[in-house]
Amino acid sequence: MKTRGWFRNGALAFGLAFLYIPILSMVFFSFNNSRLVTVWDAANSPTLLWYRKLFANGQILDAALLSLQIAAMTATGAVILGTLAGLALVRFGPFRGRAMLSTMTTAPLVMPEVITGLSLLLLFVALEQLTGWPAGRGVATITIAHITFAMAYVTVVVQSRLAGFDDSLEEAALDLGAKPAKVFFRITLPLITPALVSGWLLAFTLSWDDVVISQFVSGPNSTTLPMVIFSKARLGVSPDINALATILVLIVATGVVLSTIWMKRQERRRLLEEQMARSDGG
Amino acid sequence: MAPTPGNRVPQGLANDRLGLLYALLQQFGLQRWSQYVRQHWSGQRLVIAIPWVWLFLFFVVPFLIVFKISFSEIRLAMPPYAPLFEWLEEGKRLVTTLNLGNYAFILSDNLYISTFAYSLKVAAVSTLLCLLIGYPMAYAIARSTPTARSLFLMLIILPFWTSFLLRVYAWVGLLKTDGVINNTLLAVGLIDAPLTLLYTDLAVYIGIVYSYLPFMILPLYANLEKHDLTLLEAAADLGARPFKAFLRITLPLSVPGIVAGCLLVFIPAVGEFVIPSLLGRADQLMIGRILSDEFFANRDWPVASAVAIVMLLALLLPIMLFQRYQRLELEAAKR
Repeated sequence: MKTRGWFRNGALAFGLAFLYIPILSMVFFSFNNSRLVTVWDAANSPTLLWYRKLFANGQILDAALLSLQIAAMTATGAVILGTLAGLALVRFGPFRGRAMLSTMTTAPLVMPEVITGLSLLLLFVALEQLTGWPAGRGVATITIAHITFAMAYVTVVVQSRLAGFDDSLEEAALDLGAKPAKVFFRITLPLITPALVSGWLLAFTLSWDDVVISQFVSGPNSTTLPMVIFSKARLGVSPDINALATILVLIVATGVVLSTIWMKRQERRRLLEEQMARSDGG
Repeated sequence: MAPTPGNRVPQGLANDRLGLLYALLQQFGLQRWSQYVRQHWSGQRLVIAIPWVWLFLFFVVPFLIVFKISFSEIRLAMPPYAPLFEWLEEGKRLVTTLNLGNYAFILSDNLYISTFAYSLKVAAVSTLLCLLIGYPMAYAIARSTPTARSLFLMLIILPFWTSFLLRVYAWVGLLKTDGVINNTLLAVGLIDAPLTLLYTDLAVYIGIVYSYLPFMILPLYANLEKHDLTLLEAAADLGARPFKAFLRITLPLSVPGIVAGCLLVFIPAVGEFVIPSLLGRADQLMIGRILSDEFFANRDWPVASAVAIVMLLALLLPIMLFQRYQRLELEAAKR
């Protein structure tokens, strides 16, 4: 086995380089003075020119604000619906419509985005004809569409967290006369909080990043940030996008590192508490 | 209206809050509704019903509408398709127009057939490349120390959290004729003239592999991590070379992880829209782009719907396989 260590490590190093070089090159060239983007202008670089231009660009800032709003609403809605679905699928045993619910929560995970986008747009058009709602398309339709595909991811995260615990704690509380709603809020919810946090962040990212579905279900006054980036990127590279990417990478990297540390801590504390509870009881 | 006497306040577990709804319905004179709520609703039912109804309304019904419109005829109106059923002559005659023309059009037109074939090819090649790059990585992570393991996993997941769109866009800057790769190769002296990298099949493969690699690595890692290493030790004791032990033990055991990873890459890759739009050829589009062009540029909603249905039928088998895998995974986690 030792002799193949170099191959394994080489593959890992190659893969990680492949994953990170494009991101690092964006960061690097965001400080480049030249409009040619990929040609380093050594005389006048590094510069914050493109960052200044970025923050003077009202279109991008408005779009970013709109995307933030939609992503926050999506994440919250997806966590609520995904938690309910995950709870039903893992804890409720057999019920009528269970297979259907299970299918409906896994299919969006792999569904090509163009199909989801097209079908939701046709639904909104048909609904508008029948009921007058939604009148035109905009923030509401984008949010509904995002919740629908993001909740599938939250459901998976919540499901696997719930499946990791046996339900003996919940059973015990029920036996002692606690009402199911109380059991959920006092026992289940604290246990699955890490899953809810990562589910919320995941849904937020998915919504924040989506361009295809948004293009289908957006209206004239609801251009999200990815839509702006996509239309700019289609025309070629532009340095202010590099600056934007750098800021986003910085935020995400900090967030992921912090939340990983936080979750590790939570997990360690939980294990410790479990151990103490066991030694007390024993 | 006052509550009718003799109505018991619903006893039971999660019915506290439902009791409020029930009282409200009574207050507004909706007797039958309140009776229904009292008899049939419980907290548990509500927990099931909310996500169920949401997904049914916003995931299943839309597909039924797409299916319906795929049989319509295009019409110069808003919305631009003819209804399947229509009352003519002031409601005296019901006319149905079930039109298979859109499917006949797609299946007889070379453009659509070659686009479908090209999309399947691109997805298959990218999936294979993903597997070839991802398997050794997942293997290396699964066999490293616990501390290194969580660090590597974080490094794999981190790009996934940064914008997919921006990461694809980053490749435009790398692959351009005057891009980073060409400039570097020219400076080193490996090539004399810049290579055409952007807007080629290769660029699309790179883009898909790059974006979907974490989806391949994570299920593979989850599988490889669970393997019982004593099996390999036993094989070594019995004289098997490491490579043979890998082929006979590790590889067969990791088939579920391989299948899951491949499906997670292949299915979305077939309908991929952003990557081929930014990196791909202009003379050979992928099916996601065709669908979007039919819809937005040609305003032919029925043909766009028919393209979606055909694409869905082509992906039905892989999607069902994926569903099965998800179910098995969850059952395994429960035990």
